[in-house]
Amino acid sequence: MSLKRVAMPVQDPLIRQTNFNEVSLGYSEEMAVDEAKRCINCINKPCISGCPVSVNIPEFINLIVKHDYEQAYKIITKTNSLPAICGRVCPQETQCEAKCIRGIKAEAISIGRLERFVADCHLKNGEYIEHISIVNGHKVAVIGSGPAGLSCANDLIHLGYSVNIFEALHTPGGVLVYGIPEFRLPKEVVESEIENLKKLGVEIQTNMVIGKILTVGDLEKMGYEAIFIGTGAGLPNFMGIVGEDLIGVYSANEFLTRINLMKAYLDEYDTPIKKGKNVAVIGGGNVAIDAARCAKRLGADHVFIIYRRSIEEMPARMEEINHAKEEGIIFKLQCNPIRINSNDKGEVSAIECVNMELGEIDSSGRRRPHVINNSNHVLEVDTVIIAIGTSPNPLIKNTTDELQTNNQGCFIVNDQLLTSKLGVYAGGDAVTGAATVILAMAAGKQAAKSIHEYLLNKY
Amino acid sequence: MNVILKKAQLNQHTVLYELEAPYIAKKANAGQFIILRINEFGERIPLTIADYNRDLGTITIIFQTVGKTTLDLARLNVGDSIQDVVGPLGTSSHFEKVKKVIVIGGGVGCAIAYPQAKTLFKCGIDIDIVAGFRTHELIILEDEMRQVCNRLFICTDDGSYKEKGLVTDILKRLLDEEKNYDLVIAIGPLVMMKYICKLTELYHIKTIVSLNPVMVDGTGMCGGCRVRVDGKIKFACVDGPDFDGLLVDFDELINRNNFYKEEEKHMCKLFGGK
Repeated sequence: MSLKRVAMPVQDPLIRQTNFNEVSLGYSEEMAVDEAKRCINCINKPCISGCPVSVNIPEFINLIVKHDYEQAYKIITKTNSLPAICGRVCPQETQCEAKCIRGIKAEAISIGRLERFVADCHLKNGEYIEHISIVNGHKVAVIGSGPAGLSCANDLIHLGYSVNIFEALHTPGGVLVYGIPEFRLPKEVVESEIENLKKLGVEIQTNMVIGKILTVGDLEKMGYEAIFIGTGAGLPNFMGIVGEDLIGVYSANEFLTRINLMKAYLDEYDTPIKKGKNVAVIGGGNVAIDAARCAKRLGADHVFIIYRRSIEEMPARMEEINHAKEEGIIFKLQCNPIRINSNDKGEVSAIECVNMELGEIDSSGRRRPHVINNSNHVLEVDTVIIAIGTSPNPLIKNTTDELQTNNQGCFIVNDQLLTSKLGVYAGGDAVTGAATVILAMAAGKQAAKSIHEYLLNKY
Repeated sequence: MNVILKKAQLNQHTVLYELEAPYIAKKANAGQFIILRINEFGERIPLTIADYNRDLGTITIIFQTVGKTTLDLARLNVGDSIQDVVGPLGTSSHFEKVKKVIVIGGGVGCAIAYPQAKTLFKCGIDIDIVAGFRTHELIILEDEMRQVCNRLFICTDDGSYKEKGLVTDILKRLLDEEKNYDLVIAIGPLVMMKYICKLTELYHIKTIVSLNPVMVDGTGMCGGCRVRVDGKIKFACVDGPDFDGLLVDFDELINRNNFYKEEEKHMCKLFGGK
């Protein structure tokens, strides 16, 4: 049995940095079966406990060995409604794969790649599963169609509720469509997953900014007996340094939304975007890496990621960091911007940085960066993208008196994800601050369960 | 959804649409805006709600053809639909305890100044309107504005109609003649609003401006519409679009509004704009 996992076929770095097509091409059937055979079917199945939605991993892997991919899909979707998405963007290396017994003496099973294989098989040739549950006559509103809202809606519809999702943008999917780029998560995949939900009977209304066109109170008056808020963390943070208002400075949210949702990279779309030649991205998370790789694909000569700590502290997935390096993204580590300089037209001309050294461990468990004196240096760039994090949007909180939030603007909830207002639940980034797709999905599931219990007790 | 029910050409470059938008009409208030996208390939552009009718479920937008999207928009006709309309966005205007107000509109800004004046005039507030245009042919809403004020002053840059001069000339005269104005509301080009605020600052009169920077989502998500007000970063889409003009950093905003100047020139050349 091979100690090494079956490698994922990928687009050649030199070619892929000029297109937006998916980087990882997916396992062939033969590769998937070979990889699945590496699972030793251990007794304790620790991988399941590493999955936020407890997918029965060994069972679906065993079905791949038996070439029964559709049955494998059914096992996964018992607890995970978006497998084609999770197989691509979950940080498996810190979750299920981190717990894999094989990982002790060899490489862990590629659970994520196998999940993606199964989901893609289903999207290609799977049978359509009819909506079988009986409608129970109760209405639930879901605010936001990102991973939290979609998974919540999925579980509620299976429980027989009539579910209406309200989405603020013109396309459903939340961060899956405006944030994560096509080359990491093709929008066709997201559309298929959302189509599946619609076939099950979930209604999605776009262009509905709750807190503006309707309030939570209005939804209650319209007969929704419970409400789930899955509005994510969409408000971009800025650094507060001189020059952030110059032409050529973007929040990562704006840059990525123009590219992913508004398709600025395709000629047939009207969306304008600056195609910088020398681009600096500030931050070390997946969003920073996504923005940098997008900038490269728009034709930049040099793309720098400026991060104040070292590679070990970077919150981004190692796989994404490696893909970015292969594509020629330059990592400026232990480096922090102090101002953005301009030319006489008010456009970005350079970014001035200082070097950092890492000191004692801070409250985040990471070594705290300190400025090294007299280390100022200037990097000539024409575009700066700020990817230092996001906070939850206050629109709903500001129009619903009873809803309590913490200092960061995150909704305060109990273990059942109930907010301070009866019948209103919240989960995902709107509660935790920016986190991962799968954690948001887990929260959506928990909220669906809590809403079901609440409504059962009520009637 | 979003069917165009009425179309009117206000001048060569300015079009009025009345749109079917029942939910938005129900909630809209003066000062708020919508974002629209004509079709799958279109840009998202913000437009202020010029009027609304809650009973009929309609909203009115007035826009000037300045780029590809507004040119495409102007080509639509009664019966056509606009794919996406989202709103009402932004915070509605609140003017408390005012008695005598000057409302200033510059060019297509009059489309927004007019409903503001109308709302205040209906509440029994003394309103003087100052409306400035480049030239006679570009004048819009003259009769409508006259109905909602005590005095209407019109000026044109070239003197082709009424007074020759700038709105700031008339504003200065009014402020010198009478001391009891307690508010100025200014809506129009950024440069106009900047100079109005420079003037009203000298007279210590509160001045509200309506800003329309570059934005994508209109919900606070992109940060593209950030403007510095009283030294702090504000998002025009959620904190505005109305701001205390004396606190706005206009120079920075004027610069930021040139963000896509190069890209737009390119688009307009391709699609027959100015």
